[in-house]
Amino acid sequence: MADDEIILSELSDDELVLQMHDDLYDGLKEEIEEAVNLLIARGWAPYDALTKALVAGMTIVGADFRDGILFVPEVLLAANAMKGGMAILKPLLIATGAPRMGKMVIGTVKGDIHDIGKNLVGMMMEGAGFEVRDLGINNSVEKYLDALEAEKPDILGMSALLTTTMPYMKVVIDTMKERGMRDDYIVLVGGAPLNEEFSKAIGADAYCRDAAVAVETAKAYVARKHNRPNV
Amino acid sequence: MVTLDDDVLTEAGLPLVRAGRVLLLACGALAHEILALRQINGWDHLDLQCLPANLHLYPDRITAEVERVVRARRADYAGVFVLYADCGTGGLLQAKCKELGVEMLAGPHCYSFFEGNDLFLAKSETEFTAFYLTDFLVRQFDAFVWRPMGLDRHPDLRDMYFGNYTKLVYQAQTNDPALDAKAQDCAARLGLAYERRFTGYGDLAVEMARMAAV
Repeated sequence: MADDEIILSELSDDELVLQMHDDLYDGLKEEIEEAVNLLIARGWAPYDALTKALVAGMTIVGADFRDGILFVPEVLLAANAMKGGMAILKPLLIATGAPRMGKMVIGTVKGDIHDIGKNLVGMMMEGAGFEVRDLGINNSVEKYLDALEAEKPDILGMSALLTTTMPYMKVVIDTMKERGMRDDYIVLVGGAPLNEEFSKAIGADAYCRDAAVAVETAKAYVARKHNRPNV
Repeated sequence: MVTLDDDVLTEAGLPLVRAGRVLLLACGALAHEILALRQINGWDHLDLQCLPANLHLYPDRITAEVERVVRARRADYAGVFVLYADCGTGGLLQAKCKELGVEMLAGPHCYSFFEGNDLFLAKSETEFTAFYLTDFLVRQFDAFVWRPMGLDRHPDLRDMYFGNYTKLVYQAQTNDPALDAKAQDCAARLGLAYERRFTGYGDLAVEMARMAAV
């Protein structure tokens, strides 16, 4: 054993949480799983472990990604580590009735198989207290609309990585308009080639440039939706 | 005859050597093909300047770089053409070129115009699980794919990136057995099936002929 090796079980709660932020940053999945189990064993509420340790840690990762300090591989490793912690917490969160922010249906559009960004958004939304129904990749308009019908979410999230597939988002939104259901949902879009102008042009509510922005945007829109007077 | 170094094309691009009256401002990944077409057709009035090919790793920077060079050079030339397709700029490059009054290549990216935009579009419904490489990208596979994706340091990430792909299509601009072998190796490293498809220069040759006529 190296002299400077950190024994997680010997750390105080505050030290452990800070260490988890570091371990998330370094993508250390096994350490995160061990630390989550330690927090739970010490009587932490699963929701606190999720928000104060995992979500706060991933927020640092997200900020450094946005600032060009971290790159996609490091973010993926961090996400993988968070996923390990989430897998432990998820059943506990359900059992303890953690706060619910709202519900989101999310998927990559038809003809597009890229799901890294979408998966990150889904995970961070779950971490923020949203229930997420992930439709996966290559989703037709019918699949999106069926999911909206079945799940009754607050938010529809659509993702595309390709210039050739991003116009399909408009097909989905136009179909929602035709069926008189567009205004029943908050529509958030994201993906590398997208931008604000595109989002406005297709009639989405907002463009989210990364997972952290998606979470903040979703929270703001859901709060606004819930505060809307019934007319 | 210009000697090209792929690492330099990736990192720094190709500097302008002024000789002609029409400027082609291109992606460094196209330098070999553009110069080959220029030589084959005797288009000596076409000058070439290339931006670093690795701008594709940050597509949001392409539009500003193209604008900077077009504005700096346009007064010196009878015509300026931008040899980029959309290249992940989400329509921003096209809008900027329109504003600047310069033409660019049609299509979403080089995979499309090398194959021919119409043909590529027709295949898009059935071939969206293909990962494409061109001659340049086969030669620069490590610089454009392996290292930027962190696969040299974290090979376990491979399936997170490529798990939804089914095959690697090598779009060959030239007949080069060594590149074919290297492309096969790229496919094996990514865990994908392999297909070689000769495209030649595709729509690039057609577009350059149009530009040369100015």
